[in-house]
Amino acid sequence: MKFLTTNFVRCAVKSCSTSDKSFPLKFEECELEQEEQDFNPDFIISMLERLDWNAIIKVAADLGNTQLPPQKPMNVETNEQVLKDLHSLLLETQIINGKMICENCHHIYYIKDSIANFLLPPHLAN
Amino acid sequence: MQFRKAELESLASLHNINVDFSHHKEDSPFLVVQLENDQQAIDLVKRGILIKSIYELWGQGEDLPTLHKTVQNTMSTYFEENDDKDNLLTDTFKFELLTFLGGNKTPLKQQLELFDSFKYLPFKGRVRLKNPQQTYSILQNYEFNQETQAPENDPNYWYMGRLVCLSLRSRGVLEKLEISKRPFYGTTTFDTELSLVTCNLGLVDNKKLVWDPFVGTGSFLLAASEFDAMGFGNDIDFLTLKGKKGKRIRHNFAKVDKKQQFGDVMCMDFNNCALRNDFQIDCILCDPPYGIREGLKVCGVSDPEKMKGKETLMINGELAFLRRDYIQPKRTFSLDLLLDELLQFAVDRLPIGGRLCFWMPVANDEDIPTMVPQNKRLELIYNLQQDFNRWSRRCLVYVKRDEGFDGVSATKEDRGKNNFRDRYFKSFSKASKPASNK
Repeated sequence: MKFLTTNFVRCAVKSCSTSDKSFPLKFEECELEQEEQDFNPDFIISMLERLDWNAIIKVAADLGNTQLPPQKPMNVETNEQVLKDLHSLLLETQIINGKMICENCHHIYYIKDSIANFLLPPHLAN
Repeated sequence: MQFRKAELESLASLHNINVDFSHHKEDSPFLVVQLENDQQAIDLVKRGILIKSIYELWGQGEDLPTLHKTVQNTMSTYFEENDDKDNLLTDTFKFELLTFLGGNKTPLKQQLELFDSFKYLPFKGRVRLKNPQQTYSILQNYEFNQETQAPENDPNYWYMGRLVCLSLRSRGVLEKLEISKRPFYGTTTFDTELSLVTCNLGLVDNKKLVWDPFVGTGSFLLAASEFDAMGFGNDIDFLTLKGKKGKRIRHNFAKVDKKQQFGDVMCMDFNNCALRNDFQIDCILCDPPYGIREGLKVCGVSDPEKMKGKETLMINGELAFLRRDYIQPKRTFSLDLLLDELLQFAVDRLPIGGRLCFWMPVANDEDIPTMVPQNKRLELIYNLQQDFNRWSRRCLVYVKRDEGFDGVSATKEDRGKNNFRDRYFKSFSKASKPASNK
């Protein structure tokens, strides 16, 4: 699971969708790997608009990175260093194994072999 | 064949080209369109899958003399009207003959004579058969004789033009993405050609994030990578995502040098969605499970009795369902309900103007009215049918509209009994035909 994807996912349990504690998920016991990807600045720029920056900071901190700026970087089109840092964080950081916990209902999801699993047990499913 | 016109319209829309396709004919391989310049022609055709090529038309007619007359007419003012085309006078070039239905009718000697008959053209450049700077094409249409079951001996229409652009298909994309060449594929892997067409219908491009909620072995995402979109998806089957013999979806991307276009895939039940509602997806493409071979599934158990007490079951001091090795059970689900969910998912996440494209089976049996799911915020712009003997499937394309738009809403209840799975297994006997709605 790429770090970028952590910004898209929340708890799958329907009753959690109204709580703001169900996003982002809390990441624990994560095993990370850096995987090289071609640098595409246009993509990073278009992605930035989609990102919830507070969630980025939170999850980065879960994974041990507290160096991020508190505000979403603006006008990055010409700032290649910032773009490269974002590229490295969002696209090259892979979570191979780990736990994702909903801070509302405390359900635990697992990432196994780079694949995040959001399936629910019958009593929590829709 | 309606697919072809839909693809052309979508490509025109993608590049903001104003062009009239109203005279497009399903059974004709040729279409003449009015465009402003070469660039528009290139933009229209370069991504085409159901198109082969586009030419600047210099002449046409029912016979060769008429063809020559019209070409000479065009040429008499061509270089005055086009001051950026002087290079044609000295570029290297070749001629080619293309026939529709004519096959290899014309022997080489005759072809050369045909090319020679154009020597009035003012080209001073050298003839080059391999990689010439310009290609001039003579295109012939042959009528099919129903009695002899063969094409007529002589063409009934001729065109002549300068080749401007070959389509993506002509440049070999189908061979490149051929399923058997992929490191990872399965029995339900979606057809290469159709997955590419679907991307064109969905207006996939390099600025878009594409989501496939039934990603399987990743055909649509792989096709989307051809247009440099970023692909993401989910599937309820963990094993499919894990791959086979160490190969997964992402290896298919690496094989065609598109590794950077692979976003992510996750194991998720579409019916229990783990994506935040305000996460924008630009385009949704998919082939939802038909429920025949795959057996449409969601999280849960079919028999609630089996569930009783399991939520408190402990193993080694941990709640069983919270353990890493717990396997979530699944139950069967209705395709109709699923399609309603899919449409709502699209409404929640697409931007205004964003497209949802998916394939859906409909029983093709003596004029049964086929009912297609609808949602008030989605406009159905294409309903394209592909026939397969006793059953057919459709490609449906919807566009998200704003609050002002009030489309038709036809949910599962409204669509009534079009129970595909039952009918398929009962082999479409008369007895299983649903009552017609009048």
